[in-house]
Amino acid sequence: MINVQAIKVIYKFEMLRAWHTLMQTIASPVISTSLYFVVFGAAIGSRIEEIDGVSYGVFIVPGLVMLSLLTQSIANASFGIYFPKFTGTIYEIMSAPISFFEIVVGYVGAAASKSFILGIIILITANLFVDLEIAHPFVMMLFLVLTCISFSLFGFIIGLWATNFEKLQLIPMLIVTPLVFLGGSFYSVSMLPPVWQTVTLFNPVLYLISGFRWSFFEVADVSVGVSLAMVSLFLVACLVLVWWMFKTGYRLRQ
Amino acid sequence: MPAIVEISGLSKVYQSGHQALSTIDLEIEEGEILALLGPNGAGKTTLISIICGIVSASTGSVKVSGKDIVEDYRFTRELIGLVPQELTLSAFDTVWNTVNFSRGLFGKKPDAAYLEQLLKDLSLWDKKNSELRELSGGMKRRVLIAKALSHEPRILFLDEPTAGVDVELRQDMWKMVQQLNDNGVTIILTTHYIEEAEEIADRVGIISAGKLLLVDEKKILMQKLGKKQLFIELKQTVDQIPEALGVYNLELSEDGSRLTYTYDPDLERTGITALLQSLTEVGISLRDLKTSQSSLEEIFVRLVNKK
Repeated sequence: MINVQAIKVIYKFEMLRAWHTLMQTIASPVISTSLYFVVFGAAIGSRIEEIDGVSYGVFIVPGLVMLSLLTQSIANASFGIYFPKFTGTIYEIMSAPISFFEIVVGYVGAAASKSFILGIIILITANLFVDLEIAHPFVMMLFLVLTCISFSLFGFIIGLWATNFEKLQLIPMLIVTPLVFLGGSFYSVSMLPPVWQTVTLFNPVLYLISGFRWSFFEVADVSVGVSLAMVSLFLVACLVLVWWMFKTGYRLRQ
Repeated sequence: MPAIVEISGLSKVYQSGHQALSTIDLEIEEGEILALLGPNGAGKTTLISIICGIVSASTGSVKVSGKDIVEDYRFTRELIGLVPQELTLSAFDTVWNTVNFSRGLFGKKPDAAYLEQLLKDLSLWDKKNSELRELSGGMKRRVLIAKALSHEPRILFLDEPTAGVDVELRQDMWKMVQQLNDNGVTIILTTHYIEEAEEIADRVGIISAGKLLLVDEKKILMQKLGKKQLFIELKQTVDQIPEALGVYNLELSEDGSRLTYTYDPDLERTGITALLQSLTEVGISLRDLKTSQSSLEEIFVRLVNKK
């Protein structure tokens, strides 16, 4: 039997939290995306030639969406579970007749929903600056949903692992942001020297951005099948890690 | 009364190596009010936390209403409500939202009428739309109680509920506890205020350094350990207790102005009449008489110091 009521209230609580911090959750990514468009799309982009037949301003849209999606999914989900730990309100979750699975569905579900909405808003914003055409809407949605879920899960894991605010920021800042920037958000990997092209293949974010970009322009650094496989692999890895945390009561139950 | 909580061989060693509890055995009866007394760091909160599922036990087991708290956690936790010691509330939530949250978390369908009545009983109804960070400490304490009761638990744990609480709230709270108890809710509370345990509890358990020193009905406990003393103020001081009074358990104060007689108030013959008669016979005249019974606090201090 699943405690549906509990999932509902956790989900609602987390969605309401976004409502309270509307500026932070929605406005700030939208503004930063717009800034990227002004700088890279209009100012610099006008001097850059087309990449694989796509104008630069349009080319960077999928990368920009992924940049916001990844950072926001992680930030949302990690904060969502870290804050109750920090304030102590977690006691109620721990003493409730609720399984770890239901906790994850509530928190990660809400974080992923918020990211998904955010992704759509950024796409709409981008459409104001450039003309967007989506070649494979279904694949695009699939990537969007998979990314939201897997990186919210990843954020949830970070939130559980973090024992202070510094640790909470550590992985997003030192690992995720560099990986996103170096994963071809703003360029095609083929523009790099051969050695760096090989190095980049070890960056998991590359597969995400490449696959997502393919769904728009049918242009990709790696084949879309490989991309999908990599995202699914990451999702499974996160699920396994969360399951292990559940088994051991990691950082939650002393 | 059947036991609603059965604790057997329960111990807890934290990762730091701190032994918080060592082999606790305790049966809590359905419908009783049990007070757990003990100094800070005695293990009271750890004990409660294990039963509620916040801390896992190192060894031993706990059964609630006959079911194991680990294997059948859904069943057992639904029966339990917990008011924690710290005022931990999410700052930006409203009172109404937070009690609805708690109810849902425990798997209960929304019930606006029940929650409305609950908030009214706790004088929180006019604050229902206030954000929790705007509330005073006492109000926050009320909200925590409301949250703990939002899913209609059969067992209520109150961890130091009166710490930092004013007289009015304390009285309201005990009235509520009594009411809940009248409706069959089992209450387990920890407190520093020994008078409260004395006033409200049916049974008292004393915990010190992770050990349950004793649990007994309050009345029996006080009888067992509570001495009664008769203080006899003398008109003229005496140098020593007269030989004729040697049969009585008497003590003379240093300045020789007061005799203290210790006796068991439950005996049929306390010996007071005879003592007074003997006093007259040896020619000691009295100025004043006073009796006192040792309180739970004195019993408690004596026990904790002894171990």
